Amino acid sequence: MGVVLLGAVAAPWLAPHAADDQHPDLLFAPPTWPHIRDAGGHWHAPFIYPLRLVSRLEQRYAPDRQVRVPLVWFTRGRLVMSADDRRAPLLLLGADSFGRDEFSRLLYGARLSLGVAAVAALGALLVGAVVGGIAGSAGGATEELLMRGAEFLLVLPAIYVILALRAVMPLVLPASTVFALLAGILALVGSPFIAQGVRAIVAAERRREYYAAAVACGAGRARLLFRHLLPSTRGFLLVQLTVLTPAFVLAEATLSYVGMGFPGPAPSWGSMLRDAANVSAIADFPWVLAPAAAIFLVVLGLNLILQGSGVDPAAAFHAGSPVRDAGPTADLR
Amino acid sequence: MVRYLLRRLGFAVLLVFVVASASLVLTRLAPGDFATEAFGLGANPRTVARARARYGLDEPILTQYGLWLAHAARLDFGTSLLYGRPVAQLIPQRAANTALLALAALLLATLVGLPLGVVSGSRPGPLATAIRLVSLLLLSMPPLVTSLLFVFVAARTGWFPIGGMSSLDVSGFGLVRDVLWHLTLPAVALALPVAAMFERLQSQAMAEALTQPFVLAARARGVPPGRLIWRDALRVAIRPCASVYGLVVGTLLSGSFIVEIVTAWPGLGRLMYDALRARDVYLVTGCAAAGALFLAAGSVISDLALAAADPRVRAQ
Repeated sequence: MGVVLLGAVAAPWLAPHAADDQHPDLLFAPPTWPHIRDAGGHWHAPFIYPLRLVSRLEQRYAPDRQVRVPLVWFTRGRLVMSADDRRAPLLLLGADSFGRDEFSRLLYGARLSLGVAAVAALGALLVGAVVGGIAGSAGGATEELLMRGAEFLLVLPAIYVILALRAVMPLVLPASTVFALLAGILALVGSPFIAQGVRAIVAAERRREYYAAAVACGAGRARLLFRHLLPSTRGFLLVQLTVLTPAFVLAEATLSYVGMGFPGPAPSWGSMLRDAANVSAIADFPWVLAPAAAIFLVVLGLNLILQGSGVDPAAAFHAGSPVRDAGPTADLR
Repeated sequence: MVRYLLRRLGFAVLLVFVVASASLVLTRLAPGDFATEAFGLGANPRTVARARARYGLDEPILTQYGLWLAHAARLDFGTSLLYGRPVAQLIPQRAANTALLALAALLLATLVGLPLGVVSGSRPGPLATAIRLVSLLLLSMPPLVTSLLFVFVAARTGWFPIGGMSSLDVSGFGLVRDVLWHLTLPAVALALPVAAMFERLQSQAMAEALTQPFVLAARARGVPPGRLIWRDALRVAIRPCASVYGLVVGTLLSGSFIVEIVTAWPGLGRLMYDALRARDVYLVTGCAAAGALFLAAGSVISDLALAAADPRVRAQ
């Protein structure tokens, strides 16, 4: 996860190219791996072989092993580039259908995809905590109403709700608006789950002595909620942050894949997959599926973090709120 | 029992009603409507207005809603603006396809996940660790990633078709085999994360159930370990999985949406997506109602499963 985050944050520096740089002669070019030994067995500083077009019809390229193009470091504001960027660019993960470098787009896409997911997760935590806190501390009809609403929203399949909400907005929007819109929609859809958990914790904490003491001291409703009750949900919220983020990365990828997320040129992982979506491209040029691998790594990384901190990803994943005990012998105890 | 079923039926009706109404209102509230989407940006406003009047889209929301309700009570769900055919004709076929996909995935997930969970929960050792690792991996492979991967494998190897539901030139009994062949990849893609989740839940439940005193007592009485695990402990341990079955239906519906789009499986998800894009009010509402019906049916099934597994629930 640290590597992914670093990649996202440092993208403009780490990426060999800008996200929109096209190389029109190198559509669907295969990856150019750096080598340190050449064909004759001599050692050099890292270099790449330029790609020569073998068949324009099949878009096949072969590396030209006679020429060595060295890599240059720390030039033009980027970590590493090829010395001859115009004719032999460094394409660590190959090029897509427009000749754009997959690796660079992957890094820039991390900013979009992870950014939306993280912002949405924080938003969901915020909205859910407030709603759950109000429900838990008010009790009675308010609590009943809010929780019924949350339960109802939770029953519906998430992707359809997200899709419907997105489709209600204008279908064609600029990338920055899409970012805010997606973050908002995902936060809204994720909040009932948080609200349920927070409400359960708050309702339990209300019975504790420190709460009674605070009430006796004359603390107002808002202060009671924010200063005393909500801080006890910290652990739960942190865990849910790790659960929601991969789900939101996936939701963004799905939406962008079907065309309702980030628009074409914007390199979010979902829209990169949409560009790669035609079947013959996947069969012949499998490197365009790199964003799928990236999504998998992010989800896996977050699941491992969850596992390591003692929460079972399967249980947390399935709206079995960690506060509710779903053990088989719970009633027997 | 009857009261319980009636309550469930009431819940189902409420769910379908609310979901259908919400989707109708939402689609009307969306900017643009079918007429503007169909004719595009530079259309003559008079043409658009005429089309709107013809489809009845220029009525206020409440009027349209009332009209739809009145018709729906007679099971007339309107005519799709996009396809020109009655909604009640378009939806059942697609819904059946989605149901087939979801059921196949559920079956696969149960058949694979539950036994593996029992094995890994009852027999700690290298096998259990391996199963746990694989589960963690599979949990992290969402249907989007899996279906893309499968399409890649299918395109390269040709063992399975890369999409669609059936080939063109098959009929009769061969059609059943053909559909099954096409069904494999989408169903497996959908089933894998669910199977992993079942395995994890079942494994924990099994491990916990085996610490119960009755297990020790049974072993002392000489019950063979195989029967002990697979009959006695399993009855207790199946409860978490049975209780989560209802939620799984929601997950399967969600996952089936993307799997249908990637593998071109002609299901409800694809239809709803097309309808949403084209702002086809009646079709969206019909699809949403069908989806809600699935959900309600799924939760009834899960309750029945739980009741079958746990006699204490039946006694209520």
